Amino acid sequence: MTAAEPILNPLGLLAELTHRCPLGCPYCSNPIALDREELDTAAWARVFREAAALGVLQVHLSGGEPAARRDLAEITAAAHDAGLYTNLITSAVGLTAKRFETLADAGLDHVQISIQDHEQNSADHIAGYAGAYERKRLLAAEVVRHKILLTINAVMHRANIDHVSEMVELAIELGASRVEIAHVQYYGWAVTNRAMLMPTRAQVERAVSAVEALRAHHQGRIVIDAVVPDYYARFPKPCVGGWGRRSLNVTPAGKVLPCHAAETIPGLEFWSVREHSLAEIWEQSPAFRAFRGTDWMQEPCASCPRRFEDFGGCRCQAFALTGDARATDPVCQLSPKHALVAALAEERREEPYVYRRLERERAAGPVREKSPAQAP
Amino acid sequence: MQLTETPQTAAIPPDARPRLPRGVRLVHNEAQGGLVLLAPERVFKPDPIAVEILKRCTGEATLDAIVDDLAKTYSAPRERILTDVSALLRSLADRKLLEL
Repeated sequence: MTAAEPILNPLGLLAELTHRCPLGCPYCSNPIALDREELDTAAWARVFREAAALGVLQVHLSGGEPAARRDLAEITAAAHDAGLYTNLITSAVGLTAKRFETLADAGLDHVQISIQDHEQNSADHIAGYAGAYERKRLLAAEVVRHKILLTINAVMHRANIDHVSEMVELAIELGASRVEIAHVQYYGWAVTNRAMLMPTRAQVERAVSAVEALRAHHQGRIVIDAVVPDYYARFPKPCVGGWGRRSLNVTPAGKVLPCHAAETIPGLEFWSVREHSLAEIWEQSPAFRAFRGTDWMQEPCASCPRRFEDFGGCRCQAFALTGDARATDPVCQLSPKHALVAALAEERREEPYVYRRLERERAAGPVREKSPAQAP
Repeated sequence: MQLTETPQTAAIPPDARPRLPRGVRLVHNEAQGGLVLLAPERVFKPDPIAVEILKRCTGEATLDAIVDDLAKTYSAPRERILTDVSALLRSLADRKLLEL
């Protein structure tokens, strides 16, 4: 790709409506420095109209926990009215049957509910929230009752990866049409807990074969989407389908990012929807131009035939692990730093999770809670 | 993304009335250059043949009627149309993008 190649239209917009969240997940993917400020309903409605005009087809209403916004139904309606396909990504906490009905009426197209494990005690322990599991079950039933398609997002790591079959069975029982086997990615808060979350190679290999067997067994009943977790892959993932290529992310305060973790890369200049139109930001903002296309690449990416497939992998991971955001994602076996990934995958510690607690975080910094071993 | 994967063997009853479920929509989008099929966390760009089939999956027309209509519209052998339509519908149904 050269600078002369036209910029593609984005297909998807991740709308982080709020960074507030009742859960304390140790692998939280939100940035370390959370947005306190939040765009109001009218600002989101404008963003959705601009997104649709730019070619965006789907909006993912996410957070934090999007249900923490009292105006979630109005926001959903605004996205629907803009002609966007609306996908709600939720922990289910804060969404009663009554409240969910207002979202269904607002034109919600699809719901994705995360699950932490296949049974209550472990699931609630991982989420750091007593009662979360039960609420997920209740919301899933409501989604199905409204005949809205449901995806279960099963977040996998060392404590639950051996339960992958049970988690898929649970997704089927809940009436999901699709389940994502989503291995934890180590950015932001999750880095703090990496040694406590990292699965072993043997676990990953077992899970990969289990998923193959599950796919064959449940064909036509549920779609199982899974990728090999980063630290055990041979080639990197095409992160966000390529930087500034297919998707964008708007933070609660209105900053527009090429991916949700982009703020971890120092020196990038992000523009805000408060000052610029989404089209201006997509085409011209320095952060989007930084790693768009392939001109920024170094070797071995620059001459690699895979560069149009995986775009050099993840910029945030390249920076986090090598200190250079232009480096080849070290997940790639062709990266000169690949050995680092293998070494980090071996760093495992049986220690309590460092949960993410918004209120306490403000007051007293991270709080450690009981270890997985002490879970009931 | 391809709409048709490995065709499945299970036959679709001729009186089935295929329909797109809530959350799967065929929409026109200028910026994306025509009709796209929107689905949970997926966007498909159907080829012209798939578009003609999908447009007929209204929940009212039976498989038989859809095949008859396409065979007539395109003056094509009915058996060939039935094979193509069945493969697409089965593939979509297996991925929960179509109700039969």
